[in-house]
Amino acid sequence: MVAHLLRLKILLLRNSLGRSTGQLIGVILGGLYGLGVLGLIVVGLVLLGSQDPELIRTVLVIGGSATVLGWIVIPIAAAGIDMTLDPARFVTFAIPRHELLAGLVLGGLVGIPGIVTLIAALTQVLTWMRYPAAALAALVCALVAVLLCVVASRLVTTAVSSLTGSRRFKDINGIVAFIPLIFLGPIIGGVTAGFQGSPGFARSLADVLAWTPLGALWAVPADVAMGDPGAALLRFLIGAATLVLFLVLWSRTLAHALVTPPYNAVAKRAGGNLGWFGRFPATPAGAVAARALTYWLRDPRYSASLVVIPFVAVLLYFSGGASGTAFAFLGPLTAFLLAWSISADISYDNTAFSLHLSTGVRGLDDRLGRAAALLVFSLPITLVFTVVPLLITGRPEDLPVMLGLALGLLLTGAGLSSLVSARYTYNVPLPGESAFKTPPGTNFTMFTVQFIGWIVMVLLALPELVLTIVYFVTGDALFGWLTLLVGLVLGAVLLVAGIRVGGRWYDSRAPELLLAVSANR
Amino acid sequence: MSSLVPPPTDEDNPQARTGTAALSIRGLAKRFGEKIAVDGVSLEVPPGSFYGLVGPNGAGKTTTLSMATGLLRPDFGQALVHGVDVWVQPLQAKKLMGILPDGVRLFDRLTGEQLVTYAGLLRGMDRETVVQRTGDLLRALDLTNDAGTLVVDYSAGMTKKIALASALIHAPKLLVLDEPFESVDPVSAANIRDILTGYVQSGGSVIVSSHVMDLVQRMCDHVAVIAAGTVLAAGTVDEVRGDATLEDRFVELVGGRNTSEGLTWLRTS
Repeated sequence: MVAHLLRLKILLLRNSLGRSTGQLIGVILGGLYGLGVLGLIVVGLVLLGSQDPELIRTVLVIGGSATVLGWIVIPIAAAGIDMTLDPARFVTFAIPRHELLAGLVLGGLVGIPGIVTLIAALTQVLTWMRYPAAALAALVCALVAVLLCVVASRLVTTAVSSLTGSRRFKDINGIVAFIPLIFLGPIIGGVTAGFQGSPGFARSLADVLAWTPLGALWAVPADVAMGDPGAALLRFLIGAATLVLFLVLWSRTLAHALVTPPYNAVAKRAGGNLGWFGRFPATPAGAVAARALTYWLRDPRYSASLVVIPFVAVLLYFSGGASGTAFAFLGPLTAFLLAWSISADISYDNTAFSLHLSTGVRGLDDRLGRAAALLVFSLPITLVFTVVPLLITGRPEDLPVMLGLALGLLLTGAGLSSLVSARYTYNVPLPGESAFKTPPGTNFTMFTVQFIGWIVMVLLALPELVLTIVYFVTGDALFGWLTLLVGLVLGAVLLVAGIRVGGRWYDSRAPELLLAVSANR
Repeated sequence: MSSLVPPPTDEDNPQARTGTAALSIRGLAKRFGEKIAVDGVSLEVPPGSFYGLVGPNGAGKTTTLSMATGLLRPDFGQALVHGVDVWVQPLQAKKLMGILPDGVRLFDRLTGEQLVTYAGLLRGMDRETVVQRTGDLLRALDLTNDAGTLVVDYSAGMTKKIALASALIHAPKLLVLDEPFESVDPVSAANIRDILTGYVQSGGSVIVSSHVMDLVQRMCDHVAVIAAGTVLAAGTVDEVRGDATLEDRFVELVGGRNTSEGLTWLRTS
């Protein structure tokens, strides 16, 4: 039975490769990336072996703890990142529970993250080659630690899977999970600063982690090498006990989950509230705008990017300091990000787009509505984000140039996005999925479209950009006002052009767009 | 009125019937890679008829209807709605049609009421009419109590009903319904049948695809049997079924019944 489950996982992995060439390229690229990272880790670990045991210990404990933490946290953030062996799918097969557990653990190792973790953990043995006893301990501990990773990750997935059945939880989780990721940069920055600030910081961090379930197993070989068998035994017991505890807990939650299908409690609600549909003009374009704006607030895939925006402000404020130039460019940066965010609008609609097709919406109305919904909230955000930082940093004289640049980018970008989304589609998270979940193998097309799109955007906004540079070089206020003028006029012209040409493309290619998005399911 | 060209006859040119057919499908064909999904399907749906399109799974029903409604560009062939070519004048043709596609998503983060309103406004209708008809449709389909619930939280049957409401809002002359009764409960199905029958009696035309033969035999006056992308038989229900039931005739046309003993081990006694 265990072998069956393992074979199933391998088969699923293999079949998913065969679905399309694009996907295959993506998986190969992902595999090469994983291989590269793995190679670096292996070489690093082998080289680390020549250092003194204290340093080896610090590196291994911190790195190992981070790995275990990653296995626990990532599945929550990604809301079911790899549910190919979802226990719920085995409910009807009456598989004995311990066999199901074993199969799921081994299945969890099949796949790029599992293999990379396993090989990296086993490379520890090479690191400790100079201390045979420690190397032996490293072998045992590496296997237990990898098991701990998989079991912890499975426990978390099973525990939240009863929650993730409810749509509301999924929606909120999809947004909230973004927040730690945004702060990942500053956190890593802070930890790095800690390392640089005091050499003892890393060692004390490792000392603490070594007594937690996260790091205990990774510290055992060092204890053996440094001749402290008591500590080694104790730490190994901590690690092993955690593994057993997690296994028991997982077995319990699995048993519970298998007989408790997820239930989505929904309160019935009578109508009467048309929301944005009551506030926008009753025209096709107005309806598209109302729908798009409703989605910006209600669909986590869209609202996640809205939630991010205040954090961009906070990040820029702290990274550049209160007087920093980075903060002053908050407006243009936000405008750029927001404007580009509708460039995959039809991909996000997925096959729901067929309603636009079957009701015979003109391309112009479709483009206009989507751009209008974007501008309704991006225009005020851009204005506030441009004006407020300049006032805070005490540079009100830069207002014209910054407004010109920000508005120019916003309008130009909205125009370009209207064009791009009428022509190019790529696989994005499906409606209802986490905003994180990018279908594998689509990254190639996505990056091509995005990369070229950004270059075109810079080219289109070149007049504003050049004028901004000239303004800062010469300090002549005239160029500031010129930037504002060019930004508004050129931006408006490009917006209209983008909507018109995009509308024409849409009219001639709408059925092909529907066919393209329906490939992503 | 005289012409240099002799007038076309019905046999060699279906053009003569254009003015009357609610939906005229002529030689539609579609290939996906190696697979020919639809291989030259021609159908005439007379105005005021209740037309059933039946066929086994994968016969090309959905592909045919998608091509006939402007959702999927055909490789060959034409589709005309009351004489308007769907692929030459798509916007005019779509005004005449109400479409319930199968297997597509809805804008399911809208409430049921918002979704139907959206469909109406996209068609360019004025707000008062949309609001009034949305209320009527929700009542008729027994969705009033869930009007403010998000469509994503609807059951499969409710989702089907709200999609049907979105297809009806502009009072089309032709309804193209792909599997309208799938996962709909019997009471709602009876209500929908009444709505459709009334619609046909008032002069509208309906084409439904289904694989429930019994339903088609009771409900429709015309039927076409389609398998492997081609039309096997088409005409009035009585013409197609002859003396047998539609189901027997269907099985006879399509084939594939297993008459051998089979699965003897499954018998419990």
